[in-house]
Amino acid sequence: MAKVNKALFWSLFAAGGTLTAFVFPVLALITLFAAHGNTPEIMGFEQMQGLLANWFGKLAAFGTVSLALWHAAHRLRTALYGLGLRADGIVSVVGYGIALVGTILSAYYLVQI
Amino acid sequence: MSEVQLELEILRYDPEKDQEPHFKTYQVACREEWMILDAVNHVKDEVDTTLSYRWSCHMAVCGSCGMMIDGQPKLACKAAVKDYADKKVRIEPLANFPIERDLVVVQDDFMEKLKRVKPYIIRKEEKPIEEGEYKQSPADLKRFKQFTLCINCLCCYAACPEYALTPEFVGPAALALAHRYNADSRDQGLAERHKEISKPEGVWDCSFTDTCSIACPKHVDPASALQQLKITTTVQWYKELIGMGDK
Repeated sequence: MAKVNKALFWSLFAAGGTLTAFVFPVLALITLFAAHGNTPEIMGFEQMQGLLANWFGKLAAFGTVSLALWHAAHRLRTALYGLGLRADGIVSVVGYGIALVGTILSAYYLVQI
Repeated sequence: MSEVQLELEILRYDPEKDQEPHFKTYQVACREEWMILDAVNHVKDEVDTTLSYRWSCHMAVCGSCGMMIDGQPKLACKAAVKDYADKKVRIEPLANFPIERDLVVVQDDFMEKLKRVKPYIIRKEEKPIEEGEYKQSPADLKRFKQFTLCINCLCCYAACPEYALTPEFVGPAALALAHRYNADSRDQGLAERHKEISKPEGVWDCSFTDTCSIACPKHVDPASALQQLKITTTVQWYKELIGMGDK
């Protein structure tokens, strides 16, 4: 792996880990309610669209999605290495690649709203 | 006085005679209050004088008698025989290090790494003596005091799965000491240490398994030091990126 980027990837991993630890249990719970058709009115399509039309909403959603992806990519990389898979190069490219694509797509779609 | 009967399986290796290490079993009638070190000393004094191992203080201060006891890295002087009563106990040299002889390991790798992280106070300019001492508040002291308690016993290296995987990894004790000086308000050597710590084999191989802190007989908590060091190293990296890093 590129030597200079260890700190960069770790900072994304650490930020994503901290954020997901707080945000994802709540998101999972809300999604569970929504999946059972119990969407509260405040979370209806128009309301959510309104939330993401706001630049603060966009930023929060972008941070949550992209940092979670970077966190997952780095966690997967270290876990696979720890489990004995000696293909760090490929794992990094694929994992970080998915995170990068996800980051770009989330930015693209959020800007559209 | 009650006795504890121990069956010690001690790893033996004499590089001049043995092709490879092997285990030798010793029956030891231990006094109840003995530590494993006393049992090993008994073997050395009464049964087999050729047994080699390091020890000195017998009070968990010198850090010499680290060894694998029943598969766990421990100080032999701090492991009570009572906890292993009437059991077969394996005594091996510390894991992850080459064996020099019997229970003695080659420590050169750690010594070299310790030197590389510069574990001493670095000042850009010494204050003249007339200006008095460098003062620290209790809060300043608290930031690093726990990490000064390391006795270099290397139990953390024997416990660390990342060091086992990647021998180039600087490892828990050396990095915890680097953090100890980085966190000292009298020190100005962060940038110098950063050069070593920010390398791929520096702090980054740590995956926070916490095994070093579990193994540490002095409760230094190296895992905590390493996580704090990762933050310091990341902040310094970003600062250097924009040309504002500590010099």
